[in-house]
Amino acid sequence: MSSPTPAHQPQPQSDPALYESLNVHNVYSQIAPHFSQTRHKPWPLVSNFLLSQPPGSLGLDIGCGNGKYLDVNPAVYLLGSDRSPELIRLALEEGADRKSAVDGSKARGREVCVADGLALPFPAGRADFVISVAVVHHFSTRERRVEAVRRLLECVRGGGKVLVYVWALEQGSSRRGWDEGMEQDQLVPWVMRRNQPKKNKDRDRKEVEGEEGKEEKTFQRYYHLYRKGELEEDVVSAGGTVVDSGFERDNWWTVATRP
Amino acid sequence: MKVLTLNFLTCAVKACKSSSDSFPLHPKDAELVHDDVEVNAQLLTNLLHRLDWKALRTTATELGFPDLPETAPTQEDLENDEKTLKDLHNLLIETQMMEGKLVCGHCGHEYAVREGIANFLLPTHLV
Ligand SMILES: [Zn+2]
Repeated sequence: MSSPTPAHQPQPQSDPALYESLNVHNVYSQIAPHFSQTRHKPWPLVSNFLLSQPPGSLGLDIGCGNGKYLDVNPAVYLLGSDRSPELIRLALEEGADRKSAVDGSKARGREVCVADGLALPFPAGRADFVISVAVVHHFSTRERRVEAVRRLLECVRGGGKVLVYVWALEQGSSRRGWDEGMEQDQLVPWVMRRNQPKKNKDRDRKEVEGEEGKEEKTFQRYYHLYRKGELEEDVVSAGGTVVDSGFERDNWWTVATRP
Repeated sequence: MKVLTLNFLTCAVKACKSSSDSFPLHPKDAELVHDDVEVNAQLLTNLLHRLDWKALRTTATELGFPDLPETAPTQEDLENDEKTLKDLHNLLIETQMMEGKLVCGHCGHEYAVREGIANFLLPTHLV
């Protein structure tokens, strides 16, 4: 990394959907292959949640990205959706040479589709559980974040659990340096070398960033950084009940149910 | 996209969610492929109670499969009758919709399926 990151703060928006389209969706479209290379290791808490589901459960991974959680528990049927067609394509391609989430055999890809978090194609009350990891913080107003959580809750049956993971404001120990009391709406830079080869799974991000003599391009992604207790407030506003919650690796998480 | 997945998909338009006409979505110009997948009896048995059998019957008929029985097989049926298990496995797990459209019976919107991926992003007038 070169010079210190300048403070990027988004302006108040008259059209939040358009704003997200420019500052979230368009960015993911452009960084998808690079982003995907850096997102292969499932977070333990999410994996444990998936592994705790009874065999034969129906699950949804809303905002599944490159699908890294879809194969964690082969005994459940987990469908993935994401707003980014580019990431969904990668999820399918990368799933092709892995084991099937259905039965552990080698099979054609994973079960994924392209959908917006506020217009999901899943019937209400059918899923046994839902996960949504690093997704809700990309909605740019509180109203839309609460709506997004409401849509997640609508997907599960009564008593079904929804795991939501969002980036925390309180991450004083990380290199980003955000902490309590700071501005919560941020544009966060993503640095990508130009002409990134599409497939290069073994290379990690540090190596890529460290390569010299390559032209770099910086993209800005919008995030709402959650302060302590805010995710629980959103869940309650969305009509849900908080079952469990906590902090892990610069993220707030909560497990919620609906009545 | 497996036929099993079609049993868990509906129209993305909010106003359609409350209409029974929006589920299941109706395949149109569907190109199907068959994958050989080893039978996992336990998974199928466990998933049985998650299926909407009536919707599955509709989907099976629309895709040109033989009529399914009126009521879902029980766990016992699957354990004791290998043909029932194999037929269900063939339909739900091995059959994939690769190309075509999924049509909502309520609003008529057609969602494209390309290379096995359904796209549920809505045009602005439907959001
Ligand atoms: Zn519809």
